[in-house]
Amino acid sequence: MAIVVKRPKLSIFEKMYLPAIGKGLLITLSHAIKILRGKKKVTMQYPEEKWDANMPEHYRGAPALVKDEQGRERCVSCQLCEFICPPRAIKIVPGEIPSDDPWAKVEKRPKEFDIDMIRCIYCGMCEEVCPEQAIYLRKDYAITGLSREEMVHDKERLYEIGGVREGLVNKWNELK
Amino acid sequence: MVNVQIDGTWMQFPKGTRMIEACRQAGVEVPHYCYHPKLTSPGNCRMCLVQMGMPPRLAPGQEPEKDEDGRTKIQWMPRPAIACANTVADGMGIRTGGELVDECRRGVMEFLLINHPLDCPICDQAGECRLQEFSVEHGNGVSRFVDNKVKKPKNVDIGPRIRLDDERCIMCSRCIRFCQEIPEDDVLGFTDRGSHTVLTTHPGKKLANDYSLNTVDICPVGALTSNDFRFQMRVWFLKETPSICTGCGRGCNTILGSREDEMYRITPRENDAVNSSWMCDHGRQEFQLLSNERRLTDPLVLGDQGHRLSSWSEAHQTAAAGLKLLGPEEIAIVASARMTNEELYMVRRLAAHLKTEWVDVVPRSQEGDDLLIAEDANPNSLGAKLVLGLENPGAKLADIKAGVEKGTIKAVLAFDENLIGAGFEEASLKKLAFLLNTHLLANPTADVAQVVYPSAGFAEKRGSMINVTGRLQRLNQAVQPPGQVMENWEVLRDLIQALTGSNGLYMIEDVFKLMAGEIAAFKGLSLTKIGDLGVALLETEEKVPLLEKERERVAKGLIVG
Repeated sequence: MAIVVKRPKLSIFEKMYLPAIGKGLLITLSHAIKILRGKKKVTMQYPEEKWDANMPEHYRGAPALVKDEQGRERCVSCQLCEFICPPRAIKIVPGEIPSDDPWAKVEKRPKEFDIDMIRCIYCGMCEEVCPEQAIYLRKDYAITGLSREEMVHDKERLYEIGGVREGLVNKWNELK
Repeated sequence: MVNVQIDGTWMQFPKGTRMIEACRQAGVEVPHYCYHPKLTSPGNCRMCLVQMGMPPRLAPGQEPEKDEDGRTKIQWMPRPAIACANTVADGMGIRTGGELVDECRRGVMEFLLINHPLDCPICDQAGECRLQEFSVEHGNGVSRFVDNKVKKPKNVDIGPRIRLDDERCIMCSRCIRFCQEIPEDDVLGFTDRGSHTVLTTHPGKKLANDYSLNTVDICPVGALTSNDFRFQMRVWFLKETPSICTGCGRGCNTILGSREDEMYRITPRENDAVNSSWMCDHGRQEFQLLSNERRLTDPLVLGDQGHRLSSWSEAHQTAAAGLKLLGPEEIAIVASARMTNEELYMVRRLAAHLKTEWVDVVPRSQEGDDLLIAEDANPNSLGAKLVLGLENPGAKLADIKAGVEKGTIKAVLAFDENLIGAGFEEASLKKLAFLLNTHLLANPTADVAQVVYPSAGFAEKRGSMINVTGRLQRLNQAVQPPGQVMENWEVLRDLIQALTGSNGLYMIEDVFKLMAGEIAAFKGLSLTKIGDLGVALLETEEKVPLLEKERERVAKGLIVG
């Protein structure tokens, strides 16, 4: 059923649109004067100035891999993020952890982990699906590069962005 | 036949049908772990518990109570029964749902999950794990157990191709029964019975028989994993293509697992006329040749400074120019019984055009076993016999060899065969005016050939083959061939075209149609009609030893089959 929109009834003064335009121009002019007199600032001088401190907690920037307090790569290359990724930006080559590694009992970690930042749409599904709390969307938003290859974040770069995250569930750390 | 009521509907089943099979036929899947139709049923997982009822036992002179349909009312038993090892009886009732059954399944799942590790993210079985599936369907979702889980050996090397994780094992004993019953190599068993039960191999023995990887397939959880497939790819990414194994003449039905034009694994596909549910370990490794470093990816033409890459048209022109100078008696074709019927048919057309009588294939035999491995190592010997009209494959090979050495044969076309491996002398091949070699891999014959065509592997092409028992089966394409490689029948068509002009063949279906028109045995068939399970085409004496044994055990009532 169509919705009947009730139009507001305008007075004669409102129907003549010129006074409203004048009002608008006055506001603009007052801002311009304030700025010229140095009393107000509306432009942020990016990149010298940044808004980073005001970024909300839920901001979704570049996805990155994290290590925990013990320095363990949290990713076990289960490939669920690769599966869920809507633009198919993630590519993982799984590998086995050698038996002489201190984390040999985890058995599996990514040999290669590439996120194509040209494809990434910052949806955060990878973070949501991760069963190991290994991938997080960080607050980095300025992802630049001069070539397509540069825009692919490899494992090393992802750990560099991700850094260490403390206080996560330690399901592999119990005595075994 | 007996009348059985399943979830309120009366149906008829032959006497001796297992309750679980009756339910399956009625369209209800009863969850189970230990039961496998090709193995005996110990009934130890208790997952298939259902509610069972029988007509009441009457006192003398008592009239049975009837329901509105006039059937005797079922007296439901207060306790559940396992559906896998019990058979149906007349007047029996089965309930596969309801309060009692749901409660049983929830309880069994809870027990199974007490000590099961939560390592699905690293477990290869995840995605095709029965425990995962039934946990979602029938499990609680939360654990009530606060104690530490029992620790057991992990990552145990129990054989050259298999790794064992005892913590994941749910003691269904399928692998133990498989080893006892199919390859009759009794190496697995449970020790330390109780909370700490572990699956182990017999001291000093390994699970190393030729059929060991079937235990990985039937393991309902990730306790047994294949070294070869371990951590390679998650199963949900794999595209499954039904095909057949080309490792020997048996032609076991397979599923090819591939992702983005890369093969990851081969698993058996059930076909009760060929391989039951199993296949040997050798056949599973066939695909590794496809990514071999010696793989040929482009046509090569021999120049002054050795072979150089060429285009298909240049290679065909060179070949046609080399062949046009020679008479019919001077050209020999050595085809392969590893080629499909369609490829062999194109060879037949080529031979007909060249008018040569020198056409043969290289026979290959190996030691068979008393299960699936056939003595004929070629997958399509019967096809070669039928399509090329050979009485006795390999009979003309000695004459061709002698002709090449004497110099009466001046050109040899070797399709998918390495002639030097088949007993030809390198020196005499070098004397030839023209030598063409088609092969999957770089080989000594290609080294001396004027023209080398790359070949598509079994997973990269479509076609049909006839196995040793005379069954016509279909190969399907799972991955695209690398580089410039084309399906072999297309290459042969283009070669014939370079010699004669257009022949209007564009689809493999058309090749089969032409072949069916010329060869009586294929009459009325098409690639589509072959289907996934194949059709019995020729009568042979050959029996499948594994199926014979299976039939015996079905007759004894040991297995369902």
